[in-house]
Amino acid sequence: MSGARPLRPAVAAFVACGCAPVRAAARPARAVRRPAAVGGRVRPALRPAVSLPIPHPHSSSSTTTTTTTTTTTTSAVAASAPPGKRAKKGGGGRDGGAKRGGGRGREKADSTSPELAAALEKYEPVIGIEVHVQLATASKAFCGCATAPSRLPNNHVCPVCLGHPGSLPRLNARMVELAAKAGMALNCAVHPVSVFDRKNYFYADTPKNYQISQYGRPLATGGHVTLGSGKRIGVTRLHVEEDSGKMTHLGGGGSVTDAAYSLIDYNRAGVGLAEIVSEPEMRSGAEAAEYGRELQRVLRYAAVTDGNMQDGSLRCDVNVSLRRRPPPGSGADAAAEAAALDATPFGTKVEVKNVNSFAAVHRGVEFEITRQAAVLDAGGSLDQETRTWDDKSASTILLRVKEGDADYRYFPEPDLPPLTLSAETLAAWRAGLPELPAEKRARYVADLGLSEYDAWVLADDEGTARYFDDVVAAGADAKAAANWVMGDLLKEVRAAKLESVPACALRPDALAEMVVMITGGVISGKIAKGLLPELVVSGG
Amino acid sequence: MASRSPLAYAALLPRHLPLAADPAGASPFCRRLAGPPPPRPPPPPPRRRAPATLRATAAAADPPSAASMAAAVRSGAVTAEALTVAALRRLTAAEPTLHAFLTVDADGALAAARAVDAAVAAGRPVGPLAGVPLAVKDNLCTAGIPTTAASACLANHVPAYTATAVARAVAAGAVVLGKTNMDEFGMGSSTERSAFGPTANPWDTARVPGGSSGGSAAAVAAGVTPLALGTDTGGSVRQPAAHCGVTGYKPSYGRVSRHGLLAYASSLDTVGVLAASVADAALLARVMAGPDAFDATAVGDAVPDYTAALAAVDAAAGGAPPLAGLTVGVVTDERVAVDAAAAGAVAAAVATLRSLGAATRPVALPRLPSAVAAYYVLAPAEASANLARYDGLRYGDRGAAAGAGTVGELVAGTRGGGLGAETRRRILLGTYALSAGYHDALYGRGAGGGGGGFPRRLGGGVDVLVSPVAPAAAPRLGAGDASPTAVYAADALTVPPSLAGLPAVAVPAGVCAATGMPVGVQFVGPAMADALVLRVAHAFQGATDWHRRRPPLADEVAAAASAAAAVA
Repeated sequence: MSGARPLRPAVAAFVACGCAPVRAAARPARAVRRPAAVGGRVRPALRPAVSLPIPHPHSSSSTTTTTTTTTTTTSAVAASAPPGKRAKKGGGGRDGGAKRGGGRGREKADSTSPELAAALEKYEPVIGIEVHVQLATASKAFCGCATAPSRLPNNHVCPVCLGHPGSLPRLNARMVELAAKAGMALNCAVHPVSVFDRKNYFYADTPKNYQISQYGRPLATGGHVTLGSGKRIGVTRLHVEEDSGKMTHLGGGGSVTDAAYSLIDYNRAGVGLAEIVSEPEMRSGAEAAEYGRELQRVLRYAAVTDGNMQDGSLRCDVNVSLRRRPPPGSGADAAAEAAALDATPFGTKVEVKNVNSFAAVHRGVEFEITRQAAVLDAGGSLDQETRTWDDKSASTILLRVKEGDADYRYFPEPDLPPLTLSAETLAAWRAGLPELPAEKRARYVADLGLSEYDAWVLADDEGTARYFDDVVAAGADAKAAANWVMGDLLKEVRAAKLESVPACALRPDALAEMVVMITGGVISGKIAKGLLPELVVSGG
Repeated sequence: MASRSPLAYAALLPRHLPLAADPAGASPFCRRLAGPPPPRPPPPPPRRRAPATLRATAAAADPPSAASMAAAVRSGAVTAEALTVAALRRLTAAEPTLHAFLTVDADGALAAARAVDAAVAAGRPVGPLAGVPLAVKDNLCTAGIPTTAASACLANHVPAYTATAVARAVAAGAVVLGKTNMDEFGMGSSTERSAFGPTANPWDTARVPGGSSGGSAAAVAAGVTPLALGTDTGGSVRQPAAHCGVTGYKPSYGRVSRHGLLAYASSLDTVGVLAASVADAALLARVMAGPDAFDATAVGDAVPDYTAALAAVDAAAGGAPPLAGLTVGVVTDERVAVDAAAAGAVAAAVATLRSLGAATRPVALPRLPSAVAAYYVLAPAEASANLARYDGLRYGDRGAAAGAGTVGELVAGTRGGGLGAETRRRILLGTYALSAGYHDALYGRGAGGGGGGFPRRLGGGVDVLVSPVAPAAAPRLGAGDASPTAVYAADALTVPPSLAGLPAVAVPAGVCAATGMPVGVQFVGPAMADALVLRVAHAFQGATDWHRRRPPLADEVAAAASAAAAVA
């Protein structure tokens, strides 16, 4: 067993785990025959010699990597405005936590393409979204392995998350807390008893060939997200499950279907996820993108996830279908036509995966509306299929046609007793939730007298809002402080390439002092503006 | 190439033993450092013997119990190393006949024994099992020692960690000699469903030892080790105990951690004990029990001192009858056919229990006949998921899938060729039972019938139940090949306590007049009342001699071991 080295001990384990004592014998059975791994490092699960020319049979939690994603500079300082008010004022947009090129990325209104307009006249789009978020725990869902990124593949692994024969899961209490808080923040009922189930499917990214998930009795149900228009999008359910490993397909065509071979990295296997399923209540690309953004914002406020789409800590699967509108004039009046439409069954659903930004959600939905309408208009019928969003061509590409619903043969996970949460625990978690975006906006408007637009911009980012609150708490006039924070400060923070407003060297009380001096006429706004770049970098 | 045959070990024994531990470390039987393993030796041809009845004698002097061995080691009267060497000699003598072991870790055992001796010499505290030789069923993980669950697809599996039950026994001073044969993944009741050949019954080597813990039961019955670990999902400790004439303890579900047990049916699997007596079983039971950070289903209830509970029975011998105040329900159900030997054993046991002060009354269990059906839906359903990982990608030997060009072919080849027929049958049954359209009718009904006839609490003022373990004594090798369902039906009395998670102890309680084979009865208690069933079983053994009968093979093994010692 030369070349063996102990696997890394658990980081901040909330549960006991086999990590610490496990040595390289953790390799699967056949490893005994093989020479020590290259570089003295043992890679317990790397099996590069197998090609995987089979489609992925399960629907959502696996992200397939075929190309390297270019990481854009993360900037959380741009802001998006409430729908309907966007034209009012300029400003940067945000997209999945990353600023998009050239500061663009502001939520555009529905595309004005004539094809889309024609499609929308004839069909109503019905959109539902499944979101997977990685819960921000230090250790994995059912073992003590670190969730932090690793430079090396198959480094944060142990008998539990590798599914070694005889290993058993232990539930990460912190993960449950974060998932429950997510449910509360999304206005769900968080249930005192929920049950884990096994979801059975054969695929190499899941070491046990089943995923521990929740099916019949999820942690939380019946919530909603409120859009800027006031429309509520229902959250059907939120449940806890484990992430799969990450596969990289190499050689051949480089895709899951035609690669010469595939690499598997189990560092991500067993990381705790919350799956959040919406009702099919969105009716446009803009609504879909806005739902995603507000969901991300709420979850970031609640500090349950990094929510970063570029890193895959927030992933969207978008379901789009069309249904025929009743021809104009077919009903007695508009209300009758709307009722007739509501009674119309949903069309065939197409799932779009690998949507890596909210702008892509928007564009992907619109692409699908146009594409599906063209198929239907040509007299064709749609298949229930899974498509992948391709950023380069700004289109969706067929991944596979679903032949009936997959049969996951769910049954209750016998290795984990039902999850029971006492009323006291739930109350304590609820009390620990911070002020959420909707509450903050309402307070800004009602208590501070800010415009609704300003409230949306300030509350867009939790850090920015927290900074603004501190400036006001230090004695600055709210409207003046809002203008400084949203305007010049944001601009300078961005110019200094800082990660967020709270990261700037100018402390909130110092900015408050400056604002007080300006409003008191001690210094001029112009002088203050001139000082700001230096203050943002060096403090004051 | 190193051979794992115990015969090869016998050749090495005299010259190997006096040496200090070889730094190269590997015994011929433990492939920790070796290359690819040799092919498994073919199963030994069963040795035909005359029915054992005629020759069975209650031993004039009982062999030393685990308790007395540990006491002798603690006092320095004997070394753990000497006990280990003697046990290895018995193992070597018995194996050609029995094939009870799949792996023997002689070096590891000797090193562990020497560590115990060093602790004794240094005056450090040693545990209640100090120096006691222990056999471990091959579905319990042992770090560095192959753990195959008797499956060809795990022929090369060397676990990275040790099962909690094993680790706790070792921490208490037990010395693990090796890993015992079983039905593949625990799926069987004869130990014939092992990929590495069957184990013979020490009472009649033409008969099966029962299963799935047949290797452990045979090792104890032949006197190789006083204690063995088994696992019991639907009777896999109790039934081989009955067939081999030893004591089998199945704990309450959750009483002993399953961490490191290669799962068959996770909601039913338990780690149990095979021993020569209830007193010895209780020693190991207490050491293993209790919560475990690695198993969320291991319950936190305090572990009583089982041995002290048994001592109370012994102390009562002079005064009040030891079972006074207890009511024993006698399971009577004509829908479950048992033969005259099994029925006679229960009748005799009832008389014994009464003589010990217990009241008895017949008990009807309305759902008893549905228990087997429920079990053979639920257990295969869970197995279909638990065994899915043996697909050749990470776990499972790919040998059976040589030439596979796609992952699909690899998985199909590994599962089709690497798993035995009975295992594949149960995976198919379970997959079917969970499939859309059948899920509610099959899995749903099975799960809804949880308890299957034995409620978790015994109502009607009954404290303990008594019933036969199996409908008949051990059948001949090959007798169960024709009809799997007939074999399943024989689980009718062991499955209900498993479905309800109840503790049970099987004890020898008679002899089949026709075959001379031992038969057993089981005592079943309410959930977590392990101390109660051990107490009742111990009182029973205090009043009977059935557990002291040994097969002639045990004496032959002991004699052969003595002869080997003289040569050395």
